[in-house]
Amino acid sequence: MGESKLDLLQGTLDLMVLQTLTSMGDMHGYGIARRIEQVSGDEVLLNQGTIYASLVRLQQRGWIAAEWGTSENNRKAKFYSITKRGRKQLAEDAAYWQRLSSVMGRVLAMGDEGGER
Amino acid sequence: MKNSMMDSMLRGWLRLGSFFRKKPLDRELDEEIEAHLGMAVAENLRRGLSLQEARRQAMIRFGGVPQAKERQRQERGVPGLDVLLQDLRYTVRTLGRDRLFAVIAVLILALGIGANIAVFSVVNTILLRPLPFQDPQRLVWIAPADANGLSASTYSADAYDDLLAQNRSYDDVTGYFAFSTSDNFKLTGHGEPIPVTGIGVAGNFFHMLGVEPALGRSFTKDESIKGGRAVVLLAHPFWERQFGGDRGIVGRPITLDGRPVTVVGVLPDTFDFGAVFSPGAKVDILVPQVMDDIRNQGNTLALIGRLKPGVSVAQAQAEATVLFPKFFWSKKYPDSAGNYSAKPIELKEHVSGRLRRSLIVLWCAVGLILLIVCVNLSNLLLARAAARSKEFALRSALGAGRGRLVRQLLTESLVLAGMGAVLGLGLAYGIISYLRHQGSIALPLLGSVEVDGAALLWTLAISVGASVLFGLLPGLKISGSNLQEALKDSGQGMSEGRSHERMRSALVISEVALACVLLIGAGLLLRSFMRVLDVDLGFQPSTAAAIKVDYNDGGSVEKRSAILEEVLRRVRAIPGVEAAGITDNLPLERNRGWGGPRAKGKVYRNGDVPGAFVYIVSPGYVAAMGMRLRGRDFGWQDSMKGENTVILNEAAARFLWPGEDAVGKIALIGKSEVRVIGVVADVHETNVEGKAGEQMYLPTMRDEWGPDGAELVVRTKLPPAQLAGSVLRTLRELNPNQPAVEFRPIQGIVDHAVSPRRFFVLLVTIFAGLGLVLASLGIYGVISYSVTRRTQEIGIRMALGATPGRVQLGVISTTLRMALVGIAVGAVASMVVARLIASMLFGTAPTDPMTFAVMILLLGGVAVLAGYVPARRASQINPMVALRNN
Repeated sequence: MGESKLDLLQGTLDLMVLQTLTSMGDMHGYGIARRIEQVSGDEVLLNQGTIYASLVRLQQRGWIAAEWGTSENNRKAKFYSITKRGRKQLAEDAAYWQRLSSVMGRVLAMGDEGGER
Repeated sequence: MKNSMMDSMLRGWLRLGSFFRKKPLDRELDEEIEAHLGMAVAENLRRGLSLQEARRQAMIRFGGVPQAKERQRQERGVPGLDVLLQDLRYTVRTLGRDRLFAVIAVLILALGIGANIAVFSVVNTILLRPLPFQDPQRLVWIAPADANGLSASTYSADAYDDLLAQNRSYDDVTGYFAFSTSDNFKLTGHGEPIPVTGIGVAGNFFHMLGVEPALGRSFTKDESIKGGRAVVLLAHPFWERQFGGDRGIVGRPITLDGRPVTVVGVLPDTFDFGAVFSPGAKVDILVPQVMDDIRNQGNTLALIGRLKPGVSVAQAQAEATVLFPKFFWSKKYPDSAGNYSAKPIELKEHVSGRLRRSLIVLWCAVGLILLIVCVNLSNLLLARAAARSKEFALRSALGAGRGRLVRQLLTESLVLAGMGAVLGLGLAYGIISYLRHQGSIALPLLGSVEVDGAALLWTLAISVGASVLFGLLPGLKISGSNLQEALKDSGQGMSEGRSHERMRSALVISEVALACVLLIGAGLLLRSFMRVLDVDLGFQPSTAAAIKVDYNDGGSVEKRSAILEEVLRRVRAIPGVEAAGITDNLPLERNRGWGGPRAKGKVYRNGDVPGAFVYIVSPGYVAAMGMRLRGRDFGWQDSMKGENTVILNEAAARFLWPGEDAVGKIALIGKSEVRVIGVVADVHETNVEGKAGEQMYLPTMRDEWGPDGAELVVRTKLPPAQLAGSVLRTLRELNPNQPAVEFRPIQGIVDHAVSPRRFFVLLVTIFAGLGLVLASLGIYGVISYSVTRRTQEIGIRMALGATPGRVQLGVISTTLRMALVGIAVGAVASMVVARLIASMLFGTAPTDPMTFAVMILLLGGVAVLAGYVPARRASQINPMVALRNN
């Protein structure tokens, strides 16, 4: 079914969550999941439920914090916010991803030229 | 970098925390997911979907709720711990259901593990742990290489002084007076005179060993010089027993042998002189040895050196071969040099070296027991596994991996081993506290045996090792069994294959083989022990007893003779006393050697005359000890007024006049001419198992030979204890200062001498018995199970005309076959083992056919018996019932 969707690489979901919280401010789990789906243009294969494993992992690492609150339509929900250490981590990880993706781009670009030698 | 480490540490901590807060965290997650789904449904509704479709879409987008929860749980907690907890819970439930199995398994394990802990603690204390002194590895025992008996391993005070002055190997050398007997002091001023055992030690003794008194101080230099202050150190147990642990005793005088002596300190609880230097003896007080007092007494000092850092034992030995021949027996006699040699060995080696082999054998025996226990348990688990094969098949059909099943089974074995270990620890604790109070066993350091940290570690190691050993095989067997087959066949008649039974038989065979090795080893040791008990000691230890007599002769030989004659006259008058005599030394206790006798008129080269053990005795001693005498005994007339006389033993008589009768001949002892009036059979003076050396018995009535104390030996037909009161009363009548010393059966002295062998034999025999019981249990289990399994088959056979006798025979012959294979393997292994313990045997060949035959018959007999019970059951099967049941 999800042939055309991207499988998430290890650790990418964490990065997406951190980025989402940075750009959008405090959010609950559902909101984060929806936001990732929207931004990715529904290209990412994401069972929304998997977000909770990621959230608890980030929380235990101290990169995000959680607090119970009330949602826009008056539901009790857990709201997550990025911490200072989370921001630092995000900066590091984002830089890493950028480097990796540019390298991957270059490597894959040389494919058809039949090699350099 | 540092940050990330902090992070992972923090995360680990939080994970562990979540493990313990499972419930609230789960509830929170439930709420969160509920909120999530609620919001999703609401959004879908806003997009115009029907309620049902909105829910469906929300669920699809979310993915599986249980899976999401499980992933979150795994992420936040410690997954391994969860599984372990599950396994444990499951184990407790299954074991609870099979209570009989659990109880038997735990009991067997407790026996095996407990015995192992106890033996390890003994081995650890005697063999592995360093001696309780400062830098004990630098301490050496200085004695000749082939020292036989104390007298041959001691040196004179002059030799000690020269060694101190001339050596380059030692930081310091100390020594103690090696010829003190028990109860050699008399403490007065506290009611009746109290017998006290004291040892004289060189002034630097405690300083050199690094033993600090618990209270007060140790000796100073001037206190071991003649005319110095009279001082004493109290051993800790004596201080508590006699002075109620009164700290104020330090600095106060006590009266020892009628002299005021100042208590300068109390030794620490950890220092036990007897435990290290004279196993099985208690020492109450330590006094500084004034060297000038013993300068004329010859070889009386046992020497201990502390090597300089960097000096090896070999270097000290090399130095000793050069140095010791220069030392004088006494500087008064310039020709007395040249008779000494020494080969220093590590003190630890001196204390426990002789026991190493015995202890290792004991350790191996108890290890064998644990192995048998494991095999037995493996067998029990296999039998249980057969009954549980369906349960496991079902679990694996439901998705449990093989690893998970093995893990579950190993958890079960670990739980069993853990419970066994806890019970075993209790058992070991009991055994050890019993052993610790066996003061009469002449094993060094036995009083300090305890279950310490090392023993606890050992317990952990063997419990885990054992559980893997006995749990892994059944685990692999079960989890590897064919799933379909197990689920398919529902009849109980044929649920397990032949291979299963073969494995159980193999286990039983190995069990029998192990038990066989244990039994034959124990048998050989037991036979050796009986041989030792049968040794002709040269005297009759039964129905005789000895008591130390206190007297004051003021240094006059006439007075001494008169006192002792009166003592003996009065004691012999006591009803029940058959014979009585006095000696200064008893055999198998303190011994003393002098230059041996020479035949008058023969010329001996220096060093040709062996030393002789000396006993200074009264008339009647030979008879009281039950020694066999040729010629005549001493009479009171053999005093200064009469001829100088001696009684020799056969060894001495043979050396002096080979092939001739020594009685009536004249011998030279030192410079005195003495007439040999009798020859006695060799008495085992040093040990029961060795050979007797030369001995000479000299009359106490002569001035030339000063006796050192007096032991009254009484022979009686009554139990010695019955006479104790009247003998002591008689001695008190003659001398009110006679302390209330023990009336010791001579048999007790012999028992003490053989106590180490008795100790080892007893333990090994108990282990062998345990092995036998376990092996027969194993046989019974397997045969009984196979009879149950074959009930139907046996029923058919009987219906077809097999007689009960024939059925019975069939089962017994199966048993016998297994037992015989095991015995054959075991017997071959025993031959190897017997060769390894050959040096521990006494008067018994390692291949002693009698022992082999008896033990094999015993094992075979027990095996048949273990098979007979199920065989009987088989023969009583009612064919009709058996056939109908399936």
